[in-house]
Amino acid sequence: MKHTALTITNGLIVGRHGAPAKGAIRCEGDRITAIGPDVTPQEGDRVENARGALIAPGLVDLGVFAIDKPAFHFGGITRAALMPDQNPPLDRPSSVRYAAQSGKPDLWVHPLAAATRALEGQDIAEIALMQTAGAKAVSTGRQWVPDSGTMLRLLRYCAMLGLTVIAHAEDSGIAGHAVATASEMATRLGLPSAPAEAEALAVARDIALAEIAGARLHFRQITTKAALDLIRAAQKRGVGVTAGVTPAHFMLSDTALADFRTFCRFSPPLRQESDRKAVIEAIGDGTISIIASGHDPRGAEDKRLPFSDAEPGMAGAETLLPLTMTLVRDGVIDLATAFRLLATNPAQVLGVDAGELLVGHQADIALVDADKPWIVDSAKMAAAAGNTPFDRQGVQGRVLALWKGGAKVG
Amino acid sequence: MTSANPSSQSRYPAGSLAFPHRGLLGLAGLAPHEILFLLDEAEQWVELNRQPTKRVDHLRGLTIINAFYENSTRTLLSFEIAGKRLGADVVNMTVGQSSVKKGETLIDTAMTLNAMRADAIVIRHASSGAVRLIAEKVDCPVLNAGDGQHEHPTQGLLDALTIKRAKGDFVGLRVTICGDILHSRVARSNILALTALGADVRVCAPPALMPTEIERMRVTPFHDFDAALKGADVVMMLRLQNERMTGQFIPSPREYRHLYGLTLDRLAKAAPDAIVMHPGPMNRGIEIDSNVADLAGRSLITTQVEMGVAIRMACLEVLTRRARRMEGWA
Repeated sequence: MKHTALTITNGLIVGRHGAPAKGAIRCEGDRITAIGPDVTPQEGDRVENARGALIAPGLVDLGVFAIDKPAFHFGGITRAALMPDQNPPLDRPSSVRYAAQSGKPDLWVHPLAAATRALEGQDIAEIALMQTAGAKAVSTGRQWVPDSGTMLRLLRYCAMLGLTVIAHAEDSGIAGHAVATASEMATRLGLPSAPAEAEALAVARDIALAEIAGARLHFRQITTKAALDLIRAAQKRGVGVTAGVTPAHFMLSDTALADFRTFCRFSPPLRQESDRKAVIEAIGDGTISIIASGHDPRGAEDKRLPFSDAEPGMAGAETLLPLTMTLVRDGVIDLATAFRLLATNPAQVLGVDAGELLVGHQADIALVDADKPWIVDSAKMAAAAGNTPFDRQGVQGRVLALWKGGAKVG
Repeated sequence: MTSANPSSQSRYPAGSLAFPHRGLLGLAGLAPHEILFLLDEAEQWVELNRQPTKRVDHLRGLTIINAFYENSTRTLLSFEIAGKRLGADVVNMTVGQSSVKKGETLIDTAMTLNAMRADAIVIRHASSGAVRLIAEKVDCPVLNAGDGQHEHPTQGLLDALTIKRAKGDFVGLRVTICGDILHSRVARSNILALTALGADVRVCAPPALMPTEIERMRVTPFHDFDAALKGADVVMMLRLQNERMTGQFIPSPREYRHLYGLTLDRLAKAAPDAIVMHPGPMNRGIEIDSNVADLAGRSLITTQVEMGVAIRMACLEVLTRRARRMEGWA
């Protein structure tokens, strides 16, 4: 593929820290070659005028359930880590290799290898072969590995291979078939529910096992205060544990389940208001270092059902950036931190040279108007399905243009 | 706290005295005076049902479909009798749970029923919220005959009517509901009705069968049945819903009876004139002893069944008034 050189001028460059600085960025081929206030276009360059918009790294979405290019591009996502919960699951080198190629050139898919065969939580899958085939991390999928011995062996093996294990934090013995958090809401609606502590129990065990194994452990979604306290303490004593969350869990609490809204059925389920506030606090103090979309477009056949029968998940790629921007406007985090949560930190978990605007990195660049207002409309979404709980909600922040490897998308 | 749902929102002008709800999906959205209105309306049907000729023609020409996605004998029969005594054409559709649980079928069936121009649809379904889902897709009033563990509003109303006729007033009345509260839609509808009407409701169950934060529904939770019974004016026993239990909730039926079975000795701890109720079907010898269930003058279990027909007649008659263009309602 032929790339001409590209210079984006007159923008505000989002760095690792501090306020965005005026400057330009130049790319040759698929790489960033210069960045800063003094960079100017050279003869023959394609020049894009950012007109004062943010020049930000393309987002790295850690944990999506479908490859949905239009939605990812709308949301400024240039790389997506695909969950192994596919049909069939990503538990073989061939399916990993196939998935890794499926988005190129304008979207890079980083498959997450299934930790166990068929995601059944019993036999460890062929992780080393899948790593060679392109897997950048290992995931237990949308479920817990119930056997502690298996989990320990898995963590030790992945530590040896240098792969992070991405775990789902819900003790399955307690969670059972629950579809909601045990609370007044679940009681009134008569929904099968489980105590929120199912999360802290799973986290406590997996942290203990990761400490034994010396493994790197990432919890894709942490949604309760009790679990966040455990992670905060573990991070303080140097355990290689990180935590992520999806916007639904810092935007909504379980009161959103009123009227059996299946667009609010998630795994893990929405929690009570005190936990939602604890999640925001943990984003603010750095305990949670990754925000991901959990993008899972589901049509009516999966969602127009009684609540307990509906599939979990939301189409989140398009609203990932604007909903994270609410945290910036609320003063929870600054703009540079927002992009670390959305790009730099997830790229680090995957071990890929992306997620930050640095010379030598892949030229994955998003031009962002962080304040641009728009209204989410589930009927007009770019995603394969419009299952968002944020329908008709006004948001701010929109991607104006996107480059993957120096080539303009769309 | 559950917000108003679109299908039960008022379509009547402000100031109208008409019953403002389109269907009866639950008691959660009903104001106390609306509950009392339905109880009062039922009184005439209690009288009618005691006459040799038990039929009027209020609903003549209307079609009522009873769509039952879950096994039922008494509720289905009660709704069928209620519709027929009002002069309606009643059709029963009972569907094996397995064939329609998944997929669009539920909504497709709803749209099919709607296309047949039913004037009221009565639905029972094993999943909480399923009845509301159907109600959003049909044009006629929908009556919830039980959805999962959510609500069973006509049962709540018929129990309230039974209590009202026996005790007169609800305010300060001590009602003890004992049994599988967690899985019981009957308990939820009763709690909503009785607390709205001013009763002092106690719920009693072992921890595994007690819903989280049930006290937020303005009831007092008990694990000790004897303590819960003390001074009770009404003792309502619930069936163990083994079919809804996944995992072991109680060690054995006889151990359950040991702790929570209503025996004559236990009943003596309640008020001397306490009445005994059970929504049926009973597990005699487990949650209730036969000599309590059949205790003349105290056990109102068959009265509940009688009130059930009257309440369902009242609900069907009131909810079809708009379709029948009754003055002040059309």
